[in-house]
Amino acid sequence: MASTTQIPVPPATRVAPSSKPSKQGRGRGRARPNFLGGLGGWLWLAVIIVPIYYVVVTSLKNQAGFFTSNPMLPPAEPTLDNYKLVLENDFAMYFVNSLLVTVGSVVPALLVSFMAAYAIVRGKSRFLGWTNKLFLLGLAIPLHATIIPIYWMITKAHLYDTLLALILPSIAFAIPISVLILSNFMRDVPNELFESMRLDGCSDWAMMWRLALPMTRPAVVTVGIYNALGVWNGFLFPLILTQSPSTRVLPLSLWTFQGEFSVNIPAVLASVVLATLPLLVIYVVARRQLISGLTAGFSK
Amino acid sequence: MSVSSASSRRVLERGPSGWLAAPALFFFLLFAIIPLAGVFFLSFTKWDGLGEIKLDGFSSWTTVLTDPVTGNALWVTAKIMFFSFIVQAPISLLLGVFTSASQKYRAVLAVLYFVPLLLSSAAVAIAYKALLDPNFGLGPGLGIPFLAQDWLGNSDLVLFVVVFVIAWQFVPFHTLIYQGGVRQIPASLYEAAQIDGAGRVQQFFAITLPQLKYTIITSSTLMVVGSLAYFDLVFVLTGGGPGYSTRLLPLHMYLTGFKANDMGAASALGVILVVIGLALALILQRLGGKNRNASQLEGA
Repeated sequence: MASTTQIPVPPATRVAPSSKPSKQGRGRGRARPNFLGGLGGWLWLAVIIVPIYYVVVTSLKNQAGFFTSNPMLPPAEPTLDNYKLVLENDFAMYFVNSLLVTVGSVVPALLVSFMAAYAIVRGKSRFLGWTNKLFLLGLAIPLHATIIPIYWMITKAHLYDTLLALILPSIAFAIPISVLILSNFMRDVPNELFESMRLDGCSDWAMMWRLALPMTRPAVVTVGIYNALGVWNGFLFPLILTQSPSTRVLPLSLWTFQGEFSVNIPAVLASVVLATLPLLVIYVVARRQLISGLTAGFSK
Repeated sequence: MSVSSASSRRVLERGPSGWLAAPALFFFLLFAIIPLAGVFFLSFTKWDGLGEIKLDGFSSWTTVLTDPVTGNALWVTAKIMFFSFIVQAPISLLLGVFTSASQKYRAVLAVLYFVPLLLSSAAVAIAYKALLDPNFGLGPGLGIPFLAQDWLGNSDLVLFVVVFVIAWQFVPFHTLIYQGGVRQIPASLYEAAQIDGAGRVQQFFAITLPQLKYTIITSSTLMVVGSLAYFDLVFVLTGGGPGYSTRLLPLHMYLTGFKANDMGAASALGVILVVIGLALALILQRLGGKNRNASQLEGA
């Protein structure tokens, strides 16, 4: 029966470039310790860590402590009051707004980009070739240069100051890079697999979900992470397309918070820590997936 | 199978319907291509962002092209593009090679290197504003008078501060790209080189660098075109100041449109931004050769 099309996927054909290389580093590293490289590595660690350390330490100081103690030393009496202050200032609402906008943009963007990538890779029509070229063009254009017409369209559609105003252009801006990465991966799926499914009478819709999707999962993860980071941390759309506190997202809230509490640096930095915390938790939990996904997607 | 070969060929030649690409195309046309046309159109109008849009011929263009601030913004953008490339490219390349090796401590360092990827530009800018404070920041904290300068208030220094903060935020991403690229270099190349008695530096220049050609092009393109998008970081960090010393083109566009309420002139600046982005992408594409995907397969 046609419905029993089970495609066995041999591990060797799985699309994961990171699995191809062998451990070439081992041979090089063992030869002789690389002191210069190690020194550079630790130096860069300092460059990365010092600002983060400063932010965390300062966010735990009270205001008097901030003005009197050494800026680089941990507080004598650590306090969580700054965090309390940030949380009392609608932080949860901004967080939920950010979450809604991120999920609301990334999921549809992934869906439409995946369908488009499938059509572009498997299709033969001139229309699809033209569509692909258009998306590639989108990669070269600094899309935020179009923010003024977008602002006009959003106000005309009476979407100004709504979360949808952030979601719609975010979907569009995510499409070019998503289609590029997804179609690069989809080209590696052996043609014979598609052909045997086709001969079994499968529709494109079925092949897309039962063959292309499982085979390109690393790319889907990559694209999802990359877009989610971009939308979650996005600043320009919220700055221009929203206004009121009820539609404020986290990055914008940091900026307004900085304006409101400009003298209370520890509280401002506590807001920075709180806004980063959700992503940090995800990073700690799913680090391997995150890094290998991004590496796989961009080194193709 | 009961299917005759003629009809099976017909089945196989059937590509997926172009409709699968339609949703992505729809979003992209609506929120990227139409605004792109819109920004050209609006550059020939007069509009304050709220009232009527009036056709106004070339007057916005005359304003923009005769305004010395435009030239200054282009110059600042070029400087930041140049310096941030010069700083970021070698660091991320070396860190990519460093982290791709398999020593345990390098893997641990890599985990920390990637943390800035998680922060929004707004968060990074706010953190650095506090960190660079001459009275309560890094300088007095470490007791190093050199670091206690008015980094953000000195127009001779501020550009380099911006370049540094950009590097801090974006080197991790490019390190990741290079790490992925290095891991795809076949180990046999290094083994052969070792048998031939090539040292570490020789191996780097004879194998790693040429093998990374396409990774270098990808990363450089993203770096250079991306530097047209350093809006949010600079906006929060310096606001373009002091004076006009860090007023990048995208920032100049935003301030002209949404602060000075001259959307016509801002649109003209948007057009300039689009043209520069396209030109840069085309040049870099040329440098990289025509068929990137095919050449990459050759390398592997």
